[in-house]
Amino acid sequence: MRILMFGWEFPPHISGGLGTACHGLTQALGKNKVEILFVVPTLHGGEKVDNGYIINASTVIIPSAMPAKITPLVDVAGLPSHIQAVDTKTQVMTMNEEGTEVTYLKAASSITPYGQHLQDENFAQVRQWNYTLPQKYSISRIYPESKYETDKVTSISSGVSYQFSGKYGPALLDEVDKYALVAGTISDQYDFDVIHAHDWLTFRAGIEAKKRSGKPLIVHVHATEYDRAGKNGDAFIMEVERAGMMEADLVVAVSERTKSIAVAEYQIPPAKIEVVHNGIIASEKPSNNFSIPIGSHVITFLGRITYQKGPLFFVEAARKVLEEFPDAHFVAGGSGDLFPAMVERVAQLRMSTNFHFTGFVKGEQVNKLWSISDVYVMPSVSEPFGITPLEAIQAGVPVIISNQSGVGEVMPHAIKVDFWNTDALAEAICSVLKYKSLSKTLKKNSTNEIKNISWDKAAKKIKSLYYEFATKTRLSA
Amino acid sequence: MNSLQRPDSPHNLMLYFQVHQPRRLRPFQFFDIGSGGNYFDDDLNEEILNRIAIQCYLPTNQLLLDLIRKNPNIRVTFSISGTTLEQFEQYAPEVLLSFRDLASTGCVEFLGETYYHSLACMLPGDEFEIQVMKHAQKIKEHFGVQPQVFRNTELIYSNEIGARISALGFKGILTDGIERVLCNRSPHHLYNHPTKTDLKIFLRNYRLSDDIAFRFDANELTIDRYMSWLSQMPNDEKLVNLALDYETFGEHKKLQSGILNFLKELLTSLANYAAYRMITPSQAMEHLSPHSQLNVPGYISWADKERDLSAWLGNDMQRDAFDSLKKLEKNLETLDDPQLIHTWRQLQTSDHFYYMCTKGEEDGGVHSYFSPYCSPYEAFINYMNVISDFSLQIKNRLSALRRSKRMRKTVLANAL
Repeated sequence: MRILMFGWEFPPHISGGLGTACHGLTQALGKNKVEILFVVPTLHGGEKVDNGYIINASTVIIPSAMPAKITPLVDVAGLPSHIQAVDTKTQVMTMNEEGTEVTYLKAASSITPYGQHLQDENFAQVRQWNYTLPQKYSISRIYPESKYETDKVTSISSGVSYQFSGKYGPALLDEVDKYALVAGTISDQYDFDVIHAHDWLTFRAGIEAKKRSGKPLIVHVHATEYDRAGKNGDAFIMEVERAGMMEADLVVAVSERTKSIAVAEYQIPPAKIEVVHNGIIASEKPSNNFSIPIGSHVITFLGRITYQKGPLFFVEAARKVLEEFPDAHFVAGGSGDLFPAMVERVAQLRMSTNFHFTGFVKGEQVNKLWSISDVYVMPSVSEPFGITPLEAIQAGVPVIISNQSGVGEVMPHAIKVDFWNTDALAEAICSVLKYKSLSKTLKKNSTNEIKNISWDKAAKKIKSLYYEFATKTRLSA
Repeated sequence: MNSLQRPDSPHNLMLYFQVHQPRRLRPFQFFDIGSGGNYFDDDLNEEILNRIAIQCYLPTNQLLLDLIRKNPNIRVTFSISGTTLEQFEQYAPEVLLSFRDLASTGCVEFLGETYYHSLACMLPGDEFEIQVMKHAQKIKEHFGVQPQVFRNTELIYSNEIGARISALGFKGILTDGIERVLCNRSPHHLYNHPTKTDLKIFLRNYRLSDDIAFRFDANELTIDRYMSWLSQMPNDEKLVNLALDYETFGEHKKLQSGILNFLKELLTSLANYAAYRMITPSQAMEHLSPHSQLNVPGYISWADKERDLSAWLGNDMQRDAFDSLKKLEKNLETLDDPQLIHTWRQLQTSDHFYYMCTKGEEDGGVHSYFSPYCSPYEAFINYMNVISDFSLQIKNRLSALRRSKRMRKTVLANAL
């Protein structure tokens, strides 16, 4: 069994849960003897798939004979202006050092990661903030990337290739299109049994590969625009998601919650949706003895600072907790478009001496964060799954999650509150801080719970779905 | 002294330059909290100071020295913050020497300010007075004179600040000549304080100052044009005060812009123009009598459109950061450790708060020009991380102090 899998990010260079999930799933599928061809827009170094290959879409050459256009998804005229702008690019022809003709396409800059729009450049920088503190005075400290992402098209005699940034920058929508073009070529060049596409960024690629190869398409929904932005979601992205789920032979949803959103918000027939809960890559509790002597009551938020993650509810709960525990400290790890609003609200409440911001955290810093945390809070407004609470438990930190989080389906013992109910959230936090026995019980029960939440379980279920659909296609062919 | 060289000149002109470079903080992450150590980016500060020394301080001081030798009736006034003097000592002693050369001409006056270029006037107790006296001592040490006239950080002023400065023995103070305190009067007079009537107040002509500091363009602003504005001064308006950042010459405006040549032409023209006498603030107080009392009940400054405290304490981040700083004072008093107090005062430097300003538009651009950070949020968080670490240092020292006090008590009790 060989799977052509489309992803957007892959560890070690990731910006969120999607990369982590793809990694966990492919690793477990490999152990279950499924071979994976994992396509990514570009390589950042260090990526590795156990039983299979990584295909770097930036190195794929599309033969000249191919029409360099994919079928338009929707009528461009009917879309909001910022989406139309994608089609009106400024083309600049230049010659590079080797004398090869290179076209730089400057894409519309109004498109940002998850359908949220740039307020101004400061905010864009805050969004990417990972605490490298680039200092304007010193050239070496300036971000390596230019302010506007351009995507580079190299024309060679035999065809063209696209240099993807693979980032969530302003050129995202344009890259999503190009990715689909490249996907067509890849599906011509490789042999495989099933196509598996992760999230909307790769759905158009999956559809293109299906059209060209006639192989079954599974789309895997890790998160929807509805989760990210509620009713204010980007119409174009929602359409890509809907089309992907409609064209697919099977939709894999990461939770019952996500399945019901697919049905209610995207009108997908429930019969073609299978729920496969995410797993967690087993790891020992980090032996990190790191400590920051800020106090014995540390409450942590870790995730993108966006509408979806409910950061402002965390701040309101913090205010209420401080009334009872004036020495409590709060740590917000992550960055995102609500970062300025969150900082300003904390300052307005005069809590800055007890409320800390780390910026984007990764790798060892995450372990450091867990090692100082007494409780982890995930007050997500809409969380399809949410791997972070599982990671917290693995690290020995009790968690409080919102009722609106898919991961709750596999964690019956976790404390759950409605994301909007900051009184209840504050009370839950205070209880964990106050009653050491509660904290201990939570840790113990949750640690037992997560023993049953494995990627192996998810991989076995998905493997059987692969066989089911590969056979179906073969029979009907 | 040449002060009475042209007693008949109808107008006087005071030209004052502000010399200030903050000690910028190093990138201090949340994960660094508890590590203690140095909070300042010494490498960056040295790099910047040396760059400005080469581009601005040294060539402009040399120019002034040459011009004064040729035209002994030139008068220039400087205010150099203690934070900057310290960095000169550390990184560029040749700049100090060149200021001393200027001082020895007798044509240059040095003003008093807060040592740390701080917002100490907003702190309770006598913190402000301590920093003003510390600066005066430093100026005396380097230039051999006791400052007689004061300028507060970024010309922040109010009746209350005037009274406090008068109580310290200063004879005059500078602030900005803004309409809302002038009430239809001209900034071109010497004023005095409503209650401490001995204290003279100098008001900056911000238009003529900013024409050079912000709007200078060699193609637009010729010396003839500038002199023609000065020549239109009504006869009863006696005193024009120009105040600008010294870094205007070579740093804010690069040397290629022709800014230094403009300064040369300006000083030469003024020195040879009968309608104007160049003057230092102390001379002005000798020769001019106050026009009327200036009542400034609220705070004013020379910063931003608002000309108030909003450049430093205008948003919640700035106020929360400043409050957090303020709260440390009591424990620092108990500890009474000179090094800790020095650090605390370095953290009071107004620039740290200036970087956290979230005003947009033109003023936002000026703030971000000066800021080493990408955004005010980063400036705020970096500052708060430092404050958190500093608070921990203080806390640890306090508990050590209490432990040793307890021990001493026990030893004493046992001995008895």
